[in-house]
Order: sequence, then structure tokens, then C-alpha cells
Amino acid sequence: MNNEHAEVMEMHMPTEKIVGQTDLYSIKSSTVRTPDAMPRPIRVKAREVNVFYGSKQALFDVSIDVPERAVTAFIGPSGCGKSTFLRCFNRMNDTIEGSKVTGRIELDGADIYDGSIDVVELRARIGMVFQKPNPFPKSIYENVAYGPRIHGLASAKGDLDRIVETSLQKAGLWNEVKDRLHEPGTGLSGGQQQRLCIARAIAVSPEVILMDEPCSALDPIATAKVEELIDELRENYTIVIVTHSMQQAARVSQRTAMFHLGYLVEEGPTDKMFTNPEEKRTQDYITGRFG
Amino acid sequence: MNSLIVATLLLILIGFAYQVGWSRSRQVAPAGGRLHSRPNYHGARVAIWALVPALLILGLWAFFSDAASRAFVMAQLPSDVRAMGGSELAQALSRIEQIATGFGVVGEPAPYESAAGQALREFRNLAFALVVAAAAGTGALGLYLARRRIAPRLRARDEVERVVRYLLIACSVVAILTTIGIVASLLTEALRFFTFVSPIDFFFGTVWNPRFSTVGAGTGEYGLLPLLWGTVMIASIAMLVSLPIGLMTAVYLTQYARPNIRNAVKPVVEVLAGIPTIVYGFFALVTVGPFLAGIGDLVGLDIRATSALTAGIVMGIMIIPFISSLSDDIIRQVPRAMRDGSLGLGATQSETIRRVILPAALPGIVGAFLLAVSRAIGETMIVVLAAGNSPYLRLNPGEPVSTVTVTIVNQLTGDTDFASPQSLVAFALGLTLFLMTLILNVVALFIVRRYREQYE
Ligand SMILES: Nc1ncnc2c1ncn2[C@@H]1O[C@H](COP(=O)(O)OP(=O)(O)OP(=O)(O)O)[C@@H](O)[C@H]1O
Ligand SMILES: [Mg+2]
Repeated sequence: MNNEHAEVMEMHMPTEKIVGQTDLYSIKSSTVRTPDAMPRPIRVKAREVNVFYGSKQALFDVSIDVPERAVTAFIGPSGCGKSTFLRCFNRMNDTIEGSKVTGRIELDGADIYDGSIDVVELRARIGMVFQKPNPFPKSIYENVAYGPRIHGLASAKGDLDRIVETSLQKAGLWNEVKDRLHEPGTGLSGGQQQRLCIARAIAVSPEVILMDEPCSALDPIATAKVEELIDELRENYTIVIVTHSMQQAARVSQRTAMFHLGYLVEEGPTDKMFTNPEEKRTQDYITGRFG
Repeated sequence: MNSLIVATLLLILIGFAYQVGWSRSRQVAPAGGRLHSRPNYHGARVAIWALVPALLILGLWAFFSDAASRAFVMAQLPSDVRAMGGSELAQALSRIEQIATGFGVVGEPAPYESAAGQALREFRNLAFALVVAAAAGTGALGLYLARRRIAPRLRARDEVERVVRYLLIACSVVAILTTIGIVASLLTEALRFFTFVSPIDFFFGTVWNPRFSTVGAGTGEYGLLPLLWGTVMIASIAMLVSLPIGLMTAVYLTQYARPNIRNAVKPVVEVLAGIPTIVYGFFALVTVGPFLAGIGDLVGLDIRATSALTAGIVMGIMIIPFISSLSDDIIRQVPRAMRDGSLGLGATQSETIRRVILPAALPGIVGAFLLAVSRAIGETMIVVLAAGNSPYLRLNPGEPVSTVTVTIVNQLTGDTDFASPQSLVAFALGLTLFLMTLILNVVALFIVRRYREQYE
């Protein structure tokens, strides 16, 4: 277990960056334009969520508030349940054989696990971007148009074209692909593919976007682009991101939640989490001295 | 008996040579130093060197023994018998052969026959002993020479790997040569047929009426189209039945069924594939045919008990497991990430299947489909029993038809002399079938390449 953590730390955190916490802070203030001090309305509210895979419990009594139009980051060592928790928000756990979720998760005050909730509608409101870019084996255009098509968002061809264009623009991909919209999405580079997946998620106009380690398969330049994109998207969307990179959490998020062994250890404004965490475990994890 | 002895001797030779090579390599290994190849490669190398010459000698004998025995027997025969020539000589030779092998002959053997038979047997025994000795001798020589070359730096591993490669090449060449041989024989016999009947009459003729060869010179009419039509109609009906059912079974099993249901259903579906086709034919004849005819009566359609419809439906049932298990594998190769991506956008399960999973699996499914079509076209037993064997051009699937395969069976059963167009036509029909499946396969390949939607 401890070895695993050490490995993760090594991979994602060059030591010279983590030792000085002021250093981290300076990275953050240079990329995030306005430090988010303003209290924001709560969009998603989770209360005492437990998740079981078969008889194995993966999450224990997790409660959290996700504020609107801000980026919330989930951090924690591998296997601590970040992805599991993220998947609860759009009920992707339903697709996993033998999984069970208890507790309450509210989107704008309505319980998303209530029988009256339509999962299809829920997933249109809460989009998801996966760890590995997974464009469909279709053209770039068709990839982005996929969601609007199934939800009937565009009545005319012109509407669809417009949605595709604005989504690609918001995802910062438009200029790179506008001349090759009908080529396969799988022909793009990894970073472009991931931005295509983000465009695909944006195209159905979700309110919340969940991202599960969106940059872990990307090189630093592509990562920087995606981070910049996340920072821009924050103005219009509520974003939850899982990341193994402390710098990434520090750079893009306004709130951070730290998980360990299926428990929520601590949660709060990112500045505070990185400079003055309350829990020793958080401090240790962030500085790479875990366990 | 003889082959058993040879096989035993060869096995002993291999085992011995391997041991020799193995232990010799251990001996020559420098103290503290290393052999280039591990001892088991040295053993295998020596075994190969011992085996190959022995096999060569045995192979040569297998190839020439018949000619040698014949020459020997001819020399034994009195000159008047030898002078007879033709079929009488051939008969005498086969009687002598039977005496030599100890089967005995009809009637009392003539003295020269029993003498020649006896001599032939002795000749054979002697020759066999000589050949085995020669094989063993060359084997031993090969073994000795190979052993002498063993040295620490000898690249035994490379030699063995090379031999393995040649062996593999030889095996694939066998398959290729067989195919070429079959095609060549089909072609030459079909060409002989086309000396009786012009290809235009064959390929574009609309009447099939070959008459019987015993009737004599009248050659009859050999129009392919009625048979082709029957084949195409039955295959189409079969695919109409099997494709949707097979594909949906696969979709259900891969996407909807819980593991325990899947584990129960899949083997049951696959049992269908294990039923012999003659049983399907029987089932078509006694159950499905009368049932369809009954339904036809109810709705006022004239459906015969043996018809294209009966054969097609039953053939479709036979092909269901073929389609479903191929598609099952193909669908399961579509990465889960594709499915999650679609579900995560709010697509329902059936939308995900229709718009993402099936398109991604499409090339494979088309391939499976075309394979199944080839199978339907070549299927014989069901059609023999259930299609009615009536080679006329008819549009109505409720009427009996005949197919290419059934006609081949008809033309080749009974007395055939392979000189009359009545039996030679079977080769032309076989060639036609072969070409059809070949074209299907080429088209399948083309489609798969052209429309492959790539995913990681
Ligand atoms: N489909 C599944 N079936 C059974 N157990 C699972 C499944 N998915 C996750 N788990 C278990 O649940 C726990 C939490 O897994 P999860 O994927 O949420 O971790 P994570 O924090 O996302 O880790 P990582 O950082 O490596 O992605 C782990 O112990 C894992 O083994
Ligand atoms: Mg994860």
C-alpha cells in the first residue's frame, strides 16, 4: 500500500515543486485569474454516501457540497475511491455489475437516486470526461453531434452545425479541426482527442462536468491546454475533477477534497488545503510524505 | 505392422540422438564458460540430423516401391502372360498382389501366379529389411557427423530454429497446394464439361434437364440459372432468419444478460451448432414443412411441405449459433470505454448499442455474415431433404426448388463414368460454388478494410 502511494507521488510530483508550499501557491495564482473567495450556491450535495462493489465497501459515509461555477478537485492515493465517488454523481455506477449506492446525492435539491429521476436526463445534465480519451470511431463532427442528436437538441441541420462549432470552440479545438471535421476522431492526437471528448460533453449543455483524471494520458503541453480549458469552462459550468497531480489541483481548482481508504479526509478551499490543511494526512499527502 | 516397426525405430532414433547431443554438449562445455546454445538445443539439433536422412530414405522407398515391385513381378511372369497386356495383365497382377499379401484369390491360382506371389512377398520382405537398414545407417551417420561438430560456440539454437521455420512453412505450403490442387482439378474437369456444353448455355441457360447418361447420346440441357436461383433464394431466406435472431441474441448476451443467465444461455444456443445437418433436414421434412403448409392453408397461401421456404427457415435456424457466437466475440471486443462514453452522454442502452457498439463492430459482423452466407450456399443435407428437388425457375418461395449442391449430389450418385456430361457437370457446378464463395470472401475483406472504424 505505502509503496503504491510512494510510486504515485513520484510519478506526478517532481519533488522540488512540492517541498515549498509557497511555490505551489505561486503556480496557482499565476494561472487562476481570480482567487475564488466569494461563497457560491451549492449545486450538488452528497450526504452519507456509501458504495459497495458486491460485498466490498469502497466508500464510507462521504458528504460533500459542490459549489456552482467552480472547480472542485478530488485528490487522494490510488484506490481510495475518487473515481467511485465521481461516478455516483451521474449514476455511472449503475452500469457496473454488482455495485450498490446508498445515501443521498442531490442535484439542485432533487435526489438523483430517487425512482422518479430519469437517468438519461440526469446524464445529459451531468456530463463526464474519462481518464483515457475515448472518442467514438466516427468523424469529429459526428462525435460532437452525438449527444445533441440523441437528445434532440437540434431541429435543423444548421442548428446542429452551430452546436458542433460552438462546442469545439469552447473546447479550444475548433481552429485545429475546422478543416477536417469529417475525418475520424480517432485520428487526432491524444490531447486533441481529450479536448474532443470535452467538446462532446459540452455539446449537450450540461450543468455539471465530471472529469476523471482527464490529463493522465497526456503530455505536459496537452495537459496545459486542457487545464487552461478547464479554467475557462469554470465560468459557465460546475466542474468536478479527479487528479493525481497536486499542481494540477492547485492550479485549476477552487475547492479540494482529500480521500483516503474510502473516507473523505478533509475538504475545503484549495488555498487553505494546500497551505494550511487541518488533517495531518492531507498535509503528508500533499507534500509527498505519505504514510 | 511394418509402419509400426518403422515408427518405433524412428522414435528410438530420435530419443537416442537427442540424448547423445545433449550429453555431448555438456561434455564439451568449457569449465566456467558458457555454451552458445543450451544442451536441449544441441540434443534437438542432433536428433534432426539423424532423423532427416532416415526419413529421406524411407520417403524415397515409399515413392518408388510400387514401381519396383511391379517391375519385379513382371520379370517373374511367363512371357505369354506378359504379352497379354491390357486389362488381363492388370487382373493377373492384382491377383498376384493378393496372393502376396495373403488375402487369397477367387478360384484356384495358376502355378505361375502362386510362384510370382511367393517371390513378390520375399522380395518385399527383403527390400523392407534393406530399406530399414539403410535408413538406420544414414540416421546413424547423420547422428555421428552432427555429434562431431558439437562445440561450445556451435549455434545449435539457430539451426534448430531454422528447421522449425522450414517445418512451419512446409505445413502452410501443404494447405496452399491442396487448395491449388482442388481448384486445378475442378478447372480441368469443368473444362472437359465445357467441350460438351458451351459455357454460355451453361451459365445463362434457364432449363435444367440433363437426362440420364444411360439413355445415350442425347446430352440434355444444362442451364445453371434454375439451380442458382434456388441456391440464392434458400440462402437469402436463411440469412433473413438467422441474421436478426443471431445478432440480437449476441446483443442480448453481451449487453443485457446477467452473467449467470449468460452462462446458461450461451451453451444452449451453441448446442444448435452441434446438431448434424441431416437431423435438421429430417426436422424440416417431418415438422417444419407440414407446419408451414398448414399455416399456408390457414391464410390461403399455397405453400408446399418441401419448398424453398422450409429449407431456408431450417437452414436459418442452423446458422443462428454461427452468427450469434461470432458476433458475440466481435461485440465484446468493442472497448468498454466506447460504451461508457455513450452512456455518460445520456444515451440509453439501446441507443448506445445501435449508434456506437454495432457500428464499431460492423466490419466484423459483415465478415461473420458473409461467412455464414458461404455456409448457407454450400449447405447440402437440409436442402436435399427439404427443398423438393425441382429445378425450375420459380419466383414463389412456397414452391419446391433445387440448388447447386443438391444437383451435384444427384449427378454423382448412381453409376457415373466421369466421361459423360451428366457427371462432368458436377465439376462445373462445383466450380461455380467455389467462385461464389470466393467472391463473397473477397467482398467481405473489401468491406472490412473499407469501413473499418478504428478504435484503440
Ligand atoms: N468495478 C469494480 N468492481 C469491484 N471493485 C471496484 C470496481 N471499481 C473500483 N473498485 C474498488 O473500489 C475501490 C476504489 O476504486 P476507485 O477506482 O474509485 O479508486 P480511485 O481513487 O479512482 O483510484 P485511482 O486513483 O487509481 O483511479 C478500489 O479498492 C477498487 O479496487
Ligand atoms: Mg480512478
